[in-house]
Amino acid sequence: MSSLLTRAESRAAVLGGVIAIAAISVAIAVPVTALLWRGTTGEAPDLGFDSYLLRVTRFTLLQAVLSTLLSVALAIPLARALARRPSFPGRVWLLRLFAVPLGLPPLVAALGLLTIWGRQGAVNDLLTGLTGGEPFSIYGLSGILLAHVFFNLPLTARLLLLGLERLPQEYWKNAAILGLGQWTTFRHVEWPAMLQPALAAASLVFMLCITSFTLVLVLGGGPAATTLEVAVYQALRFDFDPSRAVFLAVIQIALTIAALALLRLTGGRDDVSELMVTGQARPDVHGRAAGLVDMTVILVAALFVLSPLLATLVAGLSADLPRLLTEAALWRAGLTSLGVALCAALLSLLLALLLIRARLQMPGLGAQRTKHGLDALAGAAGSLVLMVPPIVLGAGWFLLFRGARGSILLPLILIIIINAMMALPFVMRVLEGAYRTAMSRNGQLALALGVTGLSRIRRIDLPALARPLGAAFAFAMALSLGDLGAIALFGNDRLVTLPYLLLQKMGSYRTADAAGMALILATLCIGLMMLADRSVSRQRSGTQKNPQKNKGRMP
Amino acid sequence: MPSKTTNFTLSAMLAAGLAAATPLAAQTADRELTVYTYESFVAEWGPGPQIEAAFEAQCSCDLKWVGVADGVALLNRLKLEGEEAAAGVVLGLDTNLVTEAKATGLFEAHGIDAAAVEVPGDFADDTFLPYDYGHFAVVYDSEAIAAPPASLKELVEGDSNQKIVIQDPRTSTPGLGLLLWIKKVYGDDAAAAWSQLKDRVLTVTPGWSEAYGLFTSGEAPMVLSYTTSPAYHMVAEETDRYQAAAFDEGHYLQIEVAGLLKAAPDKELARQFLTFMLSQEFQQVIPTTNWMLPAVAIEADLPDAFDKLVKPATSLLYEPQVVAENRKAWIDEWLNAMSK
Repeated sequence: MSSLLTRAESRAAVLGGVIAIAAISVAIAVPVTALLWRGTTGEAPDLGFDSYLLRVTRFTLLQAVLSTLLSVALAIPLARALARRPSFPGRVWLLRLFAVPLGLPPLVAALGLLTIWGRQGAVNDLLTGLTGGEPFSIYGLSGILLAHVFFNLPLTARLLLLGLERLPQEYWKNAAILGLGQWTTFRHVEWPAMLQPALAAASLVFMLCITSFTLVLVLGGGPAATTLEVAVYQALRFDFDPSRAVFLAVIQIALTIAALALLRLTGGRDDVSELMVTGQARPDVHGRAAGLVDMTVILVAALFVLSPLLATLVAGLSADLPRLLTEAALWRAGLTSLGVALCAALLSLLLALLLIRARLQMPGLGAQRTKHGLDALAGAAGSLVLMVPPIVLGAGWFLLFRGARGSILLPLILIIIINAMMALPFVMRVLEGAYRTAMSRNGQLALALGVTGLSRIRRIDLPALARPLGAAFAFAMALSLGDLGAIALFGNDRLVTLPYLLLQKMGSYRTADAAGMALILATLCIGLMMLADRSVSRQRSGTQKNPQKNKGRMP
Repeated sequence: MPSKTTNFTLSAMLAAGLAAATPLAAQTADRELTVYTYESFVAEWGPGPQIEAAFEAQCSCDLKWVGVADGVALLNRLKLEGEEAAAGVVLGLDTNLVTEAKATGLFEAHGIDAAAVEVPGDFADDTFLPYDYGHFAVVYDSEAIAAPPASLKELVEGDSNQKIVIQDPRTSTPGLGLLLWIKKVYGDDAAAAWSQLKDRVLTVTPGWSEAYGLFTSGEAPMVLSYTTSPAYHMVAEETDRYQAAAFDEGHYLQIEVAGLLKAAPDKELARQFLTFMLSQEFQQVIPTTNWMLPAVAIEADLPDAFDKLVKPATSLLYEPQVVAENRKAWIDEWLNAMSK
């Protein structure tokens, strides 16, 4: 790409990138340094505690591996069934539904899952009614796996479906002409197409599960099912044992780095939002029995994802919503949440834009070395964010400021920073591609017209990016709104967000209130996600006059 | 999203966001007392609302409750906040924690005449005043369990399909109570007992409220609570469905206490509250709201339901000093056994 920025603009972009990198490094390096410093100067943890540490690490890995295996193994038949049934009624809605868990607050999901799968839930009722046996327990490993599959099965299925639908139409025609059986088609056509996305999805799911906090906190049920993230939080808020928290945090960072390396190795960078909602015709698929099997798989998956959401809706509506909506505590928490989410999303967007702009201004300024250095640094800044999960980041700040108890502003700012960092990788992902496209489309024009500097950003770049910016913003807000990690560390009676208030209501056994609040929180987050989804798809349909067709890509 | 939104002024939105995020300043009253306590104390069905009304009627002040998950969480919070703790009184620690609480250096002698206090073992302390007491017990749902365990041993060794909800000893005084109870009975074999009991534990909650909520909603047929808990169901719900199991080895005793913070903004008001705490007005509210036994003999009769409760033949209790010396090691032992 030739330079599409003027010299001054390039310089400004580089400067912006440097500022963003510096800001991110400070936001992450400072708390990590605080952790390490505390680790080397603080007292070493007792020897008797080593086996606990070992077990927590082992369990963290175990649940992540099992969650990953389950999610991917179940996603394979699901994606296959979805690809084989390209046009059943409601397919578009089902695929939209599969995007919902991504933005659903984990705490809300945990409540919904408890309603369906708990001892008093519909599934247990059915099972004990049928078999007369003891009800099974959702707490512990089973509950954690259930919740992780709920979140990651739809995501993985979407990634695999994308892999299948990228195949040229001719593959299916040929399979039909050759009369290949299901198994042969799977082995020679479907599986090779799914393998790469499956690996990518697996490493992504592993990464998400290894840093899972809220689900484990609520569904873990005790020390036997505790992950490092939860143990770090407990060491700080339960035991007030900084040295223990530090050791756990360091192990967590090591694990995340390993997971990140895995993610890079498998090239896990697929963009789920590119999923086509209408599938390809499948002349190779025929037979009633096969159709029945496919539709059963799809139906079961839909029920699995839909039931906790419906449970949240039903329980929420039966709560005393009018009274709940007059509660000052709810409004305070709601305003705090929205304020935090707004600031975090803006900060995240700003950092992402600065980084992307710096990375994409390629030739034209200074020696090649500087640019490579900057590009690498910007990339490293992005990875740094992933390396240090929110709870660990929070733990570092927490130790640095002794819980940040004195004022209300300091913990607020810390929560905003942590949430902004959390959202940054997602925001970068949404914006980077869009920015590249917009630049290549408008760059020459802007140069030719002589529109430069701020006025160019305002008149040309931002309007062109409005939709992806909106999408990234909405998604970042949804993430921040649903976050319990940072607020669990810094929250107190004066600083309460919606998820924190929800957790308190659950704790004090005000289940009806909790259900009502879960509905409110879910509505906010899902609404934002839909906004994000719509602006992305509208962007695509609005700008792509000739949607890419697979014709002419005959192998 | 319309493209206009992209023309936002960043600073204005940031300012708006921060303003929205900063909770509104509380309304100011003439005098104000903040009491740190545990969640169930301030619940609408707990003693908090009645006690607040009664005290405010005589102090012309504003009494504010701040509830945390449970009693041990109170101590954790104090350790964390140190001198910045914005309260006058801390209510809801128990005798197991008093040595450690004193070691924080955050409390000062209450200087209040505690002659009226009558609690088992005649606990008396210059820093902490008892306000109620009770014995821990396993409360069970008689519709789900026909033969409840008759001893701690039977609880530990019983059918692992019959679940119990317990509380985390790192945050909850009942949770810590069970840990000490098992230690008292099993001694050096406590870790083995926990390893065995572990399979019966449905979940470990941070506080008593959540555990009891799970129990009454039917998630588990047993919960760790108090011998006095069934009285609530008999009085408020007129049902004998929920009962406490009497254990042969005896029951661990809990004496709940309150103390005065050195950094109390209005010490006189804080002392006034502690004096009020030992008065009839406060004490008479305790049995039928906190469902514990009053620390001072009350003039009114207890409801008949209290006569039907399990009366432990043996009270078990560690000296505060012993708990302070061993709490961390015993909790690590518990963590180890429970995480196997």
